[in-house]
Amino acid sequence: MTASTIAIPRARRPRNGRLPWGSPAIYFGALVVVALMLAPILYIIIGGFRTNAQITADPSGMPSPWVTKNYAGVLSSTTFWGEVANSTVAAVVTTVGVVALGLMASYVLARYQFKARGLLYAVFAAGLMFPMTVAITPLYIVVRNLGLMNSLAGIILPQIAFALPTTIIILVPFLRAIPDEIEEAASIDGASRLGFFWRMVVPLALPGVITVGILAFIASWNSYILPLFILNDEASFTLPLGVQAFASQYSVDTAKVLAFTSLSMIPALIFFSIFERRIVGGLTGAVKG
Amino acid sequence: MSVRTSSPASRRAQADGLQAGDDVSSPALRRATAPASSAPRRSRPDRRKAVEIAVLVGPALVIFLGFVIFPVVMAGYYGFFRWKGYGPPTDFIGLQNYVTIFQDPTFQEALWHNVVIVVMSLLLQGPIALLLALLLNRPMRGQSLIRVLIFVPYVIAEVVVGTGWSLMLQTDGALNGLLEKVGLGAFAQDWLSNPDLAIWTLLGIITWKYIGFAVILFLAGLQGIPQELTEAAQIDGASYWQIQRRITLPLLGPTLRIWAFLSIIGSLQLFDLVYIIWGQYIASTAGTSTMATYMVANGRNAGNYGYGNAVAVVLFLISLVVALVYQRFVLRRDTAGALTERSEG
Repeated sequence: MTASTIAIPRARRPRNGRLPWGSPAIYFGALVVVALMLAPILYIIIGGFRTNAQITADPSGMPSPWVTKNYAGVLSSTTFWGEVANSTVAAVVTTVGVVALGLMASYVLARYQFKARGLLYAVFAAGLMFPMTVAITPLYIVVRNLGLMNSLAGIILPQIAFALPTTIIILVPFLRAIPDEIEEAASIDGASRLGFFWRMVVPLALPGVITVGILAFIASWNSYILPLFILNDEASFTLPLGVQAFASQYSVDTAKVLAFTSLSMIPALIFFSIFERRIVGGLTGAVKG
Repeated sequence: MSVRTSSPASRRAQADGLQAGDDVSSPALRRATAPASSAPRRSRPDRRKAVEIAVLVGPALVIFLGFVIFPVVMAGYYGFFRWKGYGPPTDFIGLQNYVTIFQDPTFQEALWHNVVIVVMSLLLQGPIALLLALLLNRPMRGQSLIRVLIFVPYVIAEVVVGTGWSLMLQTDGALNGLLEKVGLGAFAQDWLSNPDLAIWTLLGIITWKYIGFAVILFLAGLQGIPQELTEAAQIDGASYWQIQRRITLPLLGPTLRIWAFLSIIGSLQLFDLVYIIWGQYIASTAGTSTMATYMVANGRNAGNYGYGNAVAVVLFLISLVVALVYQRFVLRRDTAGALTERSEG
């Protein structure tokens, strides 16, 4: 239960020198698996470069010639960019909210001694038992009664709430692992507990913060059931709803649907490739913790 | 005192590559030369501490209770009413909603589909992911890239996955086209609407989407197994598969059990992929409906909010019972250690 649980799984390397080449059979096996995992994604991306006539004539073929008008058409539509903006705002505000509230609560749960602490931790941890799917019908009524239908706040607040249990469970061990001596030293140097929080805890917990932030961002970016219930007005749609609406609206224009779909996954893919180590390591830490 | 403690602090901060060292260590060192002035100790420590706790935990607690706990409690209340969702519920019908749910053959089918998905997800993903993790755990070049690529489907939105697969799997789609091209045209199927086949199609898509998560977990578990054990077994003449069977698998137990738990709960809650690919009406005729799609179709979409909330309660109770039974009988050993460690803190 220390920060080391967040360690990224890595192969043990020989002390000096590079990893050996594996046997050809293993590479072949790995290649087949990777091909199976990527083929559907490549189908979506490459299909966007074909015309509908090409797709009808040969559904599994390559583009010949490659056409860019599907992608150009999507990129020049205001609907697409509006949905990108909605998804971005929702994901960024959710992430900031989860990190801020989660860090504050985790700090108390990790480093303050008080009677209700165990109970408080149990309450948050119990949140893991309530996935959003279970709560969606009553949640919709709560959001509607608050007058937040068709507004991004109506999905941001529940997303923060449902991300808090995981966040707290990942962050508490992190904050607890900060040695007491550091806090004593800060206190002797005149830092209050809150000063210590800002000056020491936040920087030292940065790896954990990044992990929970990424998890919250991707969860929000991909979120489907909550926007489905809360956002009925096309102007408020996030990308997942947009993809679905586009797919049913242009159901005969397969190539354009593929272009729209592949453009909508680009931000998540970029985000993932930048923070791939953190995501993989964070999930490991989350489960171990 | 402060010299001794502040310098490890700054060293640690720098070692972590953080800026904190600059902010904290230099004033600390400067002040350390002066006689240690007694820091302003809290005059009324308890009251001040209580205020701090309230300020720090309050916002998170309010949002969490308001948007997670409160709706779930309200679902239990609304579930006793026939209610169209407008105005306060007045038409109290006791347990009638629950009786209807369990007598509805559509719900029974959905429940059965959930059971199939729970069991088959474990049986399909577990062994495949274990083999992949063993394969990728051997030291070889390019393994980190392979790991990332296997994990990609897990990161992509369910909507993207669902849209892509439903286009590929249409009768005149890419998969059937590909089969014909390689001379296996006889195997071309109506993957999505054939009721005998559709749930297997769904299981295939689920496996594709979520297996990366299992592989990453198992790999992390494999990294935690001390190398000395396998080396000792090798010296004693054990074969590769003997080592995996007798040493790796038992030591991977906790990881496998946690993964199975997450997989079961996820399978019980399955909604997005089914609803996106099969839509609310086709799902039940194609034999892929789940309790969650039943809840949305017969609750919100039908305008019967009382009924929808009752289904939510049933879904929650089933998940809760499964989770508690699993924790009581399977996870017990694993979590006992973690919980005691946590409370000792």
